[in-house]
Amino acid sequence: MLRIAFLVPLLPLAGFVLLLASGRKLGNPLAGWLATFMVAASFVVTVIVFAGLFRLPVAGRSYTQTWFTWISSGHLHVDMGLLIDPLSMTMAAFVTGVSALIHLYSIGYMEHDEDFPKFFLYLNLFVAAMLILVLADNFLLLFLGWEGVGVCSYFLIGFWFERDSASSAAKKAMIFNRIGDAAFLIALFLIYERTGSLEYRTVFSHLSSVGEPSLVAIALLLFGGAAGKSAQIPLFPWLADAMEGPTPVSALIHAATMVTAGVYLMCRINPILYRAPDAAHVIAIVGAATALLGATIACAQNDIKKILAYSTISQLGYMFLAVGIGAYDAAIFLMLTHAFYKALLFLGAGSVIHAMNDEQDVKSMGALARVMPITAVTFLIGWLSIGGFPLLSGFWSKGDILLNSFAFSPALWAVGAVTAMLTAYYLGRAYLLVFRGEQRWVEAKPAGAKPKPLSAKAKAAAAKSSGQEVVVAAKPALHPHDPSWVMSLPLVVLGCLSAVGGLINLPIHPDFDFLDRWLSPVFASRLFAHQWGLGGVWTFALIDAALALLGIGLAVAMWGRTSKRPTLEPVFLRRAWYIDWAYDRFIARSSTELAVETSAVVETEGIDGAVNGFAFLVRAGGRQLRKVQTGYVRNYALGFAAGLVVVLAYVLTRAS
Amino acid sequence: MSISASWYLTLAAVLFTIGAVGLLIRRNVLVMFMCVELMLNAANLTFVTFARKLNDIAGQTAVFFVLVVAAAEVVVGLGIIVSIYRRRLGATADDVHELKG
Repeated sequence: MLRIAFLVPLLPLAGFVLLLASGRKLGNPLAGWLATFMVAASFVVTVIVFAGLFRLPVAGRSYTQTWFTWISSGHLHVDMGLLIDPLSMTMAAFVTGVSALIHLYSIGYMEHDEDFPKFFLYLNLFVAAMLILVLADNFLLLFLGWEGVGVCSYFLIGFWFERDSASSAAKKAMIFNRIGDAAFLIALFLIYERTGSLEYRTVFSHLSSVGEPSLVAIALLLFGGAAGKSAQIPLFPWLADAMEGPTPVSALIHAATMVTAGVYLMCRINPILYRAPDAAHVIAIVGAATALLGATIACAQNDIKKILAYSTISQLGYMFLAVGIGAYDAAIFLMLTHAFYKALLFLGAGSVIHAMNDEQDVKSMGALARVMPITAVTFLIGWLSIGGFPLLSGFWSKGDILLNSFAFSPALWAVGAVTAMLTAYYLGRAYLLVFRGEQRWVEAKPAGAKPKPLSAKAKAAAAKSSGQEVVVAAKPALHPHDPSWVMSLPLVVLGCLSAVGGLINLPIHPDFDFLDRWLSPVFASRLFAHQWGLGGVWTFALIDAALALLGIGLAVAMWGRTSKRPTLEPVFLRRAWYIDWAYDRFIARSSTELAVETSAVVETEGIDGAVNGFAFLVRAGGRQLRKVQTGYVRNYALGFAAGLVVVLAYVLTRAS
Repeated sequence: MSISASWYLTLAAVLFTIGAVGLLIRRNVLVMFMCVELMLNAANLTFVTFARKLNDIAGQTAVFFVLVVAAAEVVVGLGIIVSIYRRRLGATADDVHELKG
């Protein structure tokens, strides 16, 4: 059963090739169905392989499948090989599962787009690259997948490249990732230089002969790569801009799967982190700081996708916090549940945006629960789940991290706890502004039906704000409704998963720690898992629940009735702590100025000068040498004679 | 009875010098050409002398090559000289200096 593992990345890759060859001919919606089928088939294969792995004895749950030798040059030997172990299969299962749902959703979301086949072509290529990243058995193949998902991310952020903002956001994502990738590459060189291999197993078995400073350097450089891909401080601003892409892309790539690649990498190199505790501490601190930063910014955003983007940054920070303290399975647990509820929230946001004719400002929505019940209910589940409402999946996964971080360092716990409270608050704000409160849009009158008047409250509010009835009426009339089944089904499935996803890892009894036990061969004794006992677990559960309820209560109290509270949306939070501005001002602009200066001075004076000067020298030399050739035969003959004399003199002096 | 080799070599040196000086100071192309022949034959004389003296056939072989090359050179050289005569009166070497840099 393990032998069919090679099909997991090959099926989406085949889908990509098919769409490349005949995507236009298949057209809309057949191309979408083909892509969805390929990913779904990949999911089925993954489940079969997963089951095959599960039947093996615990100690033997690692299987390497080598296709062929990729590079063999001197001592460097790299195989195209897949590593099937509990960690990679967990990743592969959720990547293919969530991808299949989002592919299905995209068929509905992108139905009016001209480039429908192209969209699915990129999506399939992305899934294939992501699976190569996850299943690779060496660092170089992982890097291939890493760059593959990066380039797909670039294509998909810039999918509507006619818009300036989209193409510049795509470039921004590419550049930020490139900074991280440079660090990643240096780490690869270091690993090869120190251990003589790039294969995980060989590298990890040689670690004892590598000094700790080198390990710290390797771990931090790899973390630099992970920070680029997973949008951590200082390389996070691209993720907010990446929301220029179509919403399913935001859900799939920039929330559920690609951005978690950094966390996966960190979990994969756990033997290195174990031997480089200093690097691990840095990761934990950066993670906690990112979590808090993302959460504070999300509190003041008005674009529904920006809220979710900063929320993603914050949640990724949480995962890195868990990785840094060594609680790898808590990080994977949060990654899984986060994939469910963040994909759900993004798809819900996509439904809303779709229904509101591409309106993304939450301040222009409101009271949508009445017309979009399915979206509203699933979004509510997503909110409560990410907010850590008791018994929903986020409660368990976030609790797992908080539990361990308190045992590691109460300060990190405090940051995490504040972030948890803020998370419940800002998504509550988003939910209430979108689905509850007053209606801030104009409903289209269905033909032949009685026009539905605005609610009295909304009318009063509109009238109160300086008789703006005219302005309100000037807005385009909308007829929002729940989307078709291809878009609703993923919402419902993800809603269920978000609600009950915590069941895979319940901390109440060792028998229910399914995920922990499943992953234990990968992390072994390197895992940091404090045994609190039942009393401690309960105490933390109560604190978490209280924090979640506090955040939810705060959101309801503040945003339940009104959409205008400027004091809660200070400018510095709306402008994301001015970090993006600072990057632009101090790095982007000054670099541009430097480039302009360089092209003006170094280019003309230096480089052109050198080239022109050399040409001048050659020309001048030639002009002088020309005079030697007089055209008089006797001059040449004299030259011969003189030369002969010189040669003869030389020979004679040598002979004597 | 036999004349010592140094006489031959001296004669060759004298011939070569006459040829070289003639080539450098005369202006008439035909005379310069004859001077070149004189130098070639001075060299030939040296070859033959040493071939006799050292009892080595290689020197005489070299002379044959030189004669063949000289014959070919005469053909080309005289051809050039004839064409110079056709284009202008007289054959002064300094008048023909179009090929200067």
